[in-house]
Amino acid sequence: MKPVAFEYCRPDTVEEALELLKEFGSDASIISGGLSLGAMLNMRLVRPKALIDINGIDELGNFDAGDATIRTGTLIRQAGAMAMPALMSGVPLLAKALPHVGHYQTRSRGTLGGSVAHADPSAEIPLTLVTLSGAVTLRSPGGSREVPAREFFQGLLTTDRRADELVTGLTWPIRRGQTGYAFEELAQRHGDFAIAAVAVEATVAGDGTIADVSVGLGGVEDRPFVAATAGFVGKPATEATASDIANTIAEVVDPMVDLQANADYRRQLVRVLGTRTLTAAFDDATGQQEAA
Amino acid sequence: MLRIKPDQKQRVTITVNGKAVSGYAEPRMLLTDFLRHELGLYGTHVGCEHGVCGACTAIIDGAATRSCLRYAVQCDGLDIQTVEGLADPDGTLNTLQKAFNENGALQCGFCTAGILMSSTKFLQENPKPTDDEIRDMLSGHICRCTGYTQIVRAIRQASGQ
Repeated sequence: MKPVAFEYCRPDTVEEALELLKEFGSDASIISGGLSLGAMLNMRLVRPKALIDINGIDELGNFDAGDATIRTGTLIRQAGAMAMPALMSGVPLLAKALPHVGHYQTRSRGTLGGSVAHADPSAEIPLTLVTLSGAVTLRSPGGSREVPAREFFQGLLTTDRRADELVTGLTWPIRRGQTGYAFEELAQRHGDFAIAAVAVEATVAGDGTIADVSVGLGGVEDRPFVAATAGFVGKPATEATASDIANTIAEVVDPMVDLQANADYRRQLVRVLGTRTLTAAFDDATGQQEAA
Repeated sequence: MLRIKPDQKQRVTITVNGKAVSGYAEPRMLLTDFLRHELGLYGTHVGCEHGVCGACTAIIDGAATRSCLRYAVQCDGLDIQTVEGLADPDGTLNTLQKAFNENGALQCGFCTAGILMSSTKFLQENPKPTDDEIRDMLSGHICRCTGYTQIVRAIRQASGQ
């Protein structure tokens, strides 16, 4: 099993990478960790003329913590992210999601930005970014633009990235007060692709009602997305409401069907994992309040 | 910026188990194939070639990771540890290898090289792991002979627990 013959290019700067993208356009594949792309290359599911290896671009490993957001450069490895206390305490949902991403031997090389650029519908990092309403930064010869994560993912392995653009970083909103987080998924083995994954961010008001709730679903449709839950704001933050929300969402999703699961099973997972994660997020938010 | 044409053979020098060695690779040559066919180091096994089975795991630049998802040209100048570096030059097995031997933690041995390399790095980072942590680390390897009980036992023994 060998990839097609390709030209190997290792730029030292973002500018050099962009020159290569201008030269090769959609005939180029960009490799960061290579945990997904490497497999697709070896199986010849992608057949690039050029492989642009961005691992030599130092600035893509940057980490900047601001007041309201943390910015992670594309090349920050998943294991490296797990070892960054500022990132893990600032973005608790990411801390809960990362242990589900692949395995010890893949997180050591796989990157945050690479997973987002690859856009597997069951991947945990895109799901987390969407749930938190984060953003993706892209650079092209024309300049830089930031795309909300909820608009970036457009379908199976399909994103808003244009052929001349490089994903340079991700923007993660920092946790707010009285906000709880939960993440759960079901996979055939721990670390395998999620059959369904649910990520929740929930803010609970002082009177115990829901002030804000965001329920992200992965592995269910062809991209990670946030379900419509606005109607539940103001309801009591209880397990009964959690179950109502999960059941409501399960009725409106349009699940993928594959060898692992049919649509009914994925809908049932939305009910079960949804109820569990919502309840856990409400509890986490209430715990934050009591601690404050 | 480095550019290597599709059919160009590039000289690649890596430090394997403490010794600098060189070979030639065109861009698409996997690190696994470079280790085996260019350097004659057949200890690193080639299983699924898409990062799932774990047989090819080696310690590359300080991280236990898949060598089938890395191209040799990406590894010029890097330090790589493979299973050949574990035993003493006279063949005496190291503590981890002895523990695998004593606990029957291998049968056909195909997955073993990768598991040994993962476990080596894992125990450096986490010298006294719990069984749950060992199992989590092992989830990145597929063994179809022994089941995992003896492997967990061997790693626990090697950690002195």
